[in-house]
Amino acid sequence: MWILRINMNDASYRLEESPPDYETLAGRAMTSTLISEEVPPLCHPLGPNNKLVFSPGIVTGTVAPTSSRVSVGAKSPLTGGIKESNAGTSWASDLARMRIKALVVEGKPKENKKFLGVHVTWDTAAAKPKVEFFDAAKYAGKDLYEVFPKVYEQFGKGISIAGCGMVGEHGYGNAGVVFNDLAKRPSRYAGRGGLGSVMGSKALKFIVLNSAGAPGVNIADKALFDKGRKKMLDALQTHDVTKPKGALNTYGTAVLINILNEAGGLPTRNFSSGRFEGAAKISGEAIFEGNKERLGKEIYNHACSPGCTIQCSNTWYKADGTEHASCVEYESDWAFGANCGIDSLDDIATMIHLCNAYGLDTIETGDSIAVAMEAGILPFGDSKGAIKLIKEMGKGTGLGPALGGGTGLAGKAFGVSRVPAVKGQGMPAYEPRAVKGIGITYVTSTMGADHTAGYTIAPEILGVMGKQDPLSTEGKVALSRAFQATTAFIDSSGHCLFVAFAILDIATGYEGMIEECNGILGTKWSADDIVAYGTKVLKKERAFNEAAGLGKEADRIPEFMTYEPLPPHNVVFDVPESEIDSVFGEL
Amino acid sequence: MRVNVRTYATLCRYIPGFSAGTPVEIELPDGASLSDLIEKLKIPEREVKIAFVNGRTRPLDWLLESGDEIGIFPPIGGG
Repeated sequence: MWILRINMNDASYRLEESPPDYETLAGRAMTSTLISEEVPPLCHPLGPNNKLVFSPGIVTGTVAPTSSRVSVGAKSPLTGGIKESNAGTSWASDLARMRIKALVVEGKPKENKKFLGVHVTWDTAAAKPKVEFFDAAKYAGKDLYEVFPKVYEQFGKGISIAGCGMVGEHGYGNAGVVFNDLAKRPSRYAGRGGLGSVMGSKALKFIVLNSAGAPGVNIADKALFDKGRKKMLDALQTHDVTKPKGALNTYGTAVLINILNEAGGLPTRNFSSGRFEGAAKISGEAIFEGNKERLGKEIYNHACSPGCTIQCSNTWYKADGTEHASCVEYESDWAFGANCGIDSLDDIATMIHLCNAYGLDTIETGDSIAVAMEAGILPFGDSKGAIKLIKEMGKGTGLGPALGGGTGLAGKAFGVSRVPAVKGQGMPAYEPRAVKGIGITYVTSTMGADHTAGYTIAPEILGVMGKQDPLSTEGKVALSRAFQATTAFIDSSGHCLFVAFAILDIATGYEGMIEECNGILGTKWSADDIVAYGTKVLKKERAFNEAAGLGKEADRIPEFMTYEPLPPHNVVFDVPESEIDSVFGEL
Repeated sequence: MRVNVRTYATLCRYIPGFSAGTPVEIELPDGASLSDLIEKLKIPEREVKIAFVNGRTRPLDWLLESGDEIGIFPPIGGG
């Protein structure tokens, strides 16, 4: 396998044999290892010494279900700490099939940015990847929906595309890395943490992959891999959440709106309440019923990437039957919906589509706009005003720069004290006061306020692995720690995190994941080794963060959540600091 | 006693005419439990994953009181 280094100082590249120490590293384990070994923790994230690393997971590029995922890592311009963000896209399996373990973008051109792109193909004669740089200036500063078709035209239908949008070119903390979906839309994102700006700062606009002719992933023990794959597939096809026409395939992730609302944990109007009166109107059920009414038939969701059997991605259609936005995920729906006091799916869809066009992380954008609403820049519920602000963020005009740098920055720019962010990163769609375990994940994760990093929502709200009381703090430190460690492994495996719904309930599914990995790598891991693997990743990330100046003082909930009771349950975040510090203290 | 019930996702079909999140008022005898309610609504118990009473999840043998706000969910997931 190779480490492909793209040098933006002089538009050159180097293909290195991946060292033996990296043999079992992939996905998040690979990106976090490379970042912690090669990036000075005190570097400027938009300067020449930060690196942007792309790494497919262990099973990525194989026929394992839900396996076409890529991790993207760097020092985050948003949090100032280490970041890993991941996405489901054909780009992931294309990279893996060319046996590229990590694609590292380094350096930064000295003179004024003239955007370049990189085209990676398989050189059959030389039996290795080949890289060409191309002039991407004509693609810069434009709507990604306009530009993606042109890139396909330039390089052919069989390509995959990774890139940054206009806001990545501006250098904003809200910029994500965009990837293509199976319908060639610019709609899959490694969204969080401003990684799109790291790409933009290096004047790299697109990385185009064509894996035609590539050898595919090397599998040490095909029989073992296949045994594991079947167990994983069986669990996914059986479990009510992940099965065909199950909860995710029918209602998508936005099915969570109503249950978080019932639980009193749906952050509303800049985290001022846990219930939104408009919740049902923006829910996954409303999307399903609305589409049914507009199209005259039931629409089930689609896959984001090759080999996904869960197929949770939806599309919201306009009244005239044409596509409005894809996808309306729970997080995006909530960020522009409940958190901004907006209850119109049409308006939410417009905002999501604009974020995709500009290269914006929907969570960070929604949180920032809600902070602006709190500041009185525009009223809560003002969707026209919110749309206008997103356009300013895209163009870099008006209030765009003040809002584009993340929720923490927006709070400072407008003098707001109620800022729902940790390490500068905006909180996702779960209220920490009403769901204590996720609150612990938000404050202790190396990623900043991040829900997927340790998704305790699964037991606390959804009853996966047994139901726990979200309002109680008991056992939540251990719960968050366990979820964070296991998730760090899953983020390295190449599987979509949603396999967890099935494999945490169905033991053979979990065994299957381990067998798949052992089959590919020739390792002999047990369940304990999985947790140890994940723990090692967390420790590296933690060490980087401490060296970057993010010590335990950064692991704190926003002060207002410690004294302001959240309706309807009238609860505050009351996990003692000593317990919070024990999450990593006792790792 | 009267309670307000909302069903969600695939369970909506058990209360025809009511969409997810729209409450329906149900009459129950005093001392009825969540289990009794689910039986009255003709929802198969195995399809119920989580039941909320006034915003707190409760086991199916939980005894209901007049005016309770109830939400019933099948297995769901997301991120």
